[in-house]
Amino acid sequence: MKHLLEISAVDMRFTTPKGTFEALKDVNLKISEGEFVSLIGHSGCGKSTVLNLVGGLLQASSGGIILDGKEVSEPGPERAIVFQNHSLLPWLTVWQNVELAVKTVFKGKKSRAEMREWIAHNLALVNMSHALDKRPDEISGGMKQRVGIARALAMQPRVLLMDEPFGALDALTRAHLQDTLMEIQRDLNNTVIMITHDVDEAVLLSDRIVMMTNGPSATVGEILPIDLPRPRDRLELADDAHYNHLRHEVLRFLYEKQRKVENIPAAEKKAAAKKKPDAEVSEAPTRRAVGSDL
Amino acid sequence: MNTTSLVSQISARLPDTDRDSLLRYSRQLLRGLGAPLLGLALFLLLWQFAAQKVDTSLGKFPGPLAVAEQAVNLYDEHAAEREKAAAFYQRQEDRIAERLAQQPEWQPTRRSYTGAPTFLDQIGTSLITVLAGFVLASLVAIPLGIVMGLSRFVSNAVNPLVQLFRPVSPLAWLPLVTLVVSAVYTSEDPMFARSFVVSMITVTLCCLWPTLINTAVGVTTVSQDLNNVSQVLRLGWFTHVRKIVLPSAIPMMFTGLRVSLGIAWMVLIAAEMLAQNPGLGKFVWDEFQNGSSQSLSRIMVAVLAIGLIGFALDRLMLMAQRRVDWQKGD
Ligand SMILES: Nc1ncnc2c1ncn2[C@@H]1O[C@H](COP(=O)(O)OP(=O)(O)O)[C@@H](O)[C@H]1O
Ligand SMILES: [Mg+2]
Repeated sequence: MKHLLEISAVDMRFTTPKGTFEALKDVNLKISEGEFVSLIGHSGCGKSTVLNLVGGLLQASSGGIILDGKEVSEPGPERAIVFQNHSLLPWLTVWQNVELAVKTVFKGKKSRAEMREWIAHNLALVNMSHALDKRPDEISGGMKQRVGIARALAMQPRVLLMDEPFGALDALTRAHLQDTLMEIQRDLNNTVIMITHDVDEAVLLSDRIVMMTNGPSATVGEILPIDLPRPRDRLELADDAHYNHLRHEVLRFLYEKQRKVENIPAAEKKAAAKKKPDAEVSEAPTRRAVGSDL
Repeated sequence: MNTTSLVSQISARLPDTDRDSLLRYSRQLLRGLGAPLLGLALFLLLWQFAAQKVDTSLGKFPGPLAVAEQAVNLYDEHAAEREKAAAFYQRQEDRIAERLAQQPEWQPTRRSYTGAPTFLDQIGTSLITVLAGFVLASLVAIPLGIVMGLSRFVSNAVNPLVQLFRPVSPLAWLPLVTLVVSAVYTSEDPMFARSFVVSMITVTLCCLWPTLINTAVGVTTVSQDLNNVSQVLRLGWFTHVRKIVLPSAIPMMFTGLRVSLGIAWMVLIAAEMLAQNPGLGKFVWDEFQNGSSQSLSRIMVAVLAIGLIGFALDRLMLMAQRRVDWQKGD
C-alpha cells in the first residue's frame, strides 16, 4: 500500500548548554491515508519532538519525513497542528480565530461568501456555533480546544497533528470531545497523528497505537494495531474483552517494559523506598485504569 | 454626620429592601469618597497653617484662599483679553467694510490681534506642544521597538544607545536642540514657530525611551505557541507583525506610552521655563520675574493646573489602554 506519510530513520539531537542531547534515535513510521495513529509514551520521551518534526517546526538532525512524496522542510497548513494549550489568539473572537486561518489558507481560492460558509461549517462541526463572538478567555477550556480543532480542520490538512489535545481537560469534557473527534474523523476520513497520555483515549480512537521507548535516544518501541470495529461506543467497549486486552497491552508496555525510573526526585524516591519497593509498579496499572491519565 | 442623618431620614420612608440597599450604597459612597476628601481637607489645613509661617521676599506664602482668588482672576483676565480681541476684530471689519463701500476694488489686509497670551492660552500651547512631542516620539518608538523586539541584531545595536541617552536630562538637550533647530529650521514663513519645534523635539527626545523599551520587551514576549500558529499558517512578515506581534505587545506598549506621556508633560514645563518658550513653564517663569505680591499665588495656580492636567492626561491614556487592551476583558 502507498503511504501518505513516511518518517524514515529520523534522529533528533538538541544542542543544549550541557552539550548535545539525543532525543530521538532512528525513528521509523509509515502512516496511510485516513489512518488514526496515537503516539503514547512516558512524559519527556520525545512524542512532541516527533510531532513537531512532522509539523516542520523542528528539522531532523538526520533522516527525513516525506508527505505525499514531498520532503517536509517547513511548517505549513497541510500539516495543521492542534496544540495542547489551544494556542488561540486571545484578542480575536472564536470566529476571527478560524477566519484568520481560512483567509490565509484559501486566499484567492475561495470567495468571501465561500469562506464565511466554510468557517461556519467547521465551527458547527465542533458544536461551537453558539459562541462565535466570544473571546477565548470567555469560554471554557473544552470549548477553546474545540475551536483549536475547528481552526485546524478548516485548513483542510493532509495530516492533522494533535499534541495532547485533551490533556488539560476534565474527564467528562474529554470524553465528549473524543466522541466529537471520532465522528468528525469517521465523516471526513482525516489522517490523524495524536499524542496522548490517556490509554483509554488511545485505544478508543486509534487504528494503531505507536508506543515509544523512554529517552534519551527514544524510538518506536512497539506498534499495536487496534482492530476494534467502528463505530466504537465507549460504554459497550468498557465490558469488551478484546478492548480490555488491548488496553492491557499498552499498560504492560508502559509500566513493565518501559518502566519510568529516572527523573524521580530524591525525596520521592526515599518515600517510595520506605514503602514496599515494588508496590508502585504493580499497583500503578490498576490505579491508572480508572482515570487512565499517566 | 449630616449626610448620614439625611440619608436615614429619606430611607425611613422607603420599603425595607430599598432602605437597606440605599444605606449600603451611601456607606460605600462615604467610604469611597471619605478618605480622599479627608486627605484633601487635611492638606488644605496644613497648607493654610504652614503658609502663614513662611515669609518670602514677595510677602507671605499664599494660602488656599488667596490661590483660589487668583485662579478666578486669571480666568477673568482671560475673558477680558478675549473681549478685547473680539472688539479689535470687530473694529477692523467695520473699517474694511467702510472703505470697501467707497473703493470696491481695494484689497483689504487683515491683521491678527497681538495681545499677551493669557494663562489659558499658555495651557493650550503647552497641551498642543506636549501632544505633538508625544505623538512624534510614539511614531519613532513604536516601529523601532517592534523591530528591536523582533531582531536580536537590531536590539543589540540599538541597546547601548538607549542606555546612553535615556538618563539625559531635558535641560541638557535643550541648548543643543535650540542651536540645531535655529540652524536647520530656517524657512522664511515657518509653518510652526521655532520655539514650538524646540520644545516639541526636547519632549520627544526625553519621552521616547519608555515606549521604545516597553514595546521591544512586549514584542519579545510573544508566546512561542502563537509564533508556531503563525508558522503553520505561513503568515508573511508583515501579516505576522500585524496579526500576532502587535496585539501581543499592546499591553506592554501602552504601559510604556503612559509613562512616556507623564515624562513628556514634566519635561515640557521645564523646557518652556528654561527656554522661555510659550507655555505654562513660561507663565511660571514670567510670574517669578514679575515679582508682584500676587505672583506667588499665580504660580501656585499654575502648579495646581500642571498637576491636574498631568493627572487628566494619565487618565486619558488609561482609558485608551482599557479600550485596546484585550487582557482586561473588554
Ligand atoms: N528545544 C529543545 N532543546 C533541548 N532539549 C529539548 C528541546 N525540546 C525537547 N527537548 C528534550 O527532548 C526530550 C523530549 O521532549 P518532548 O518531545 O517534549 O517529550 P514529550 O512530548 O514526550 O513529553 C526531553 O528530554 C526534552 O527535554
Ligand atoms: Mg509533549
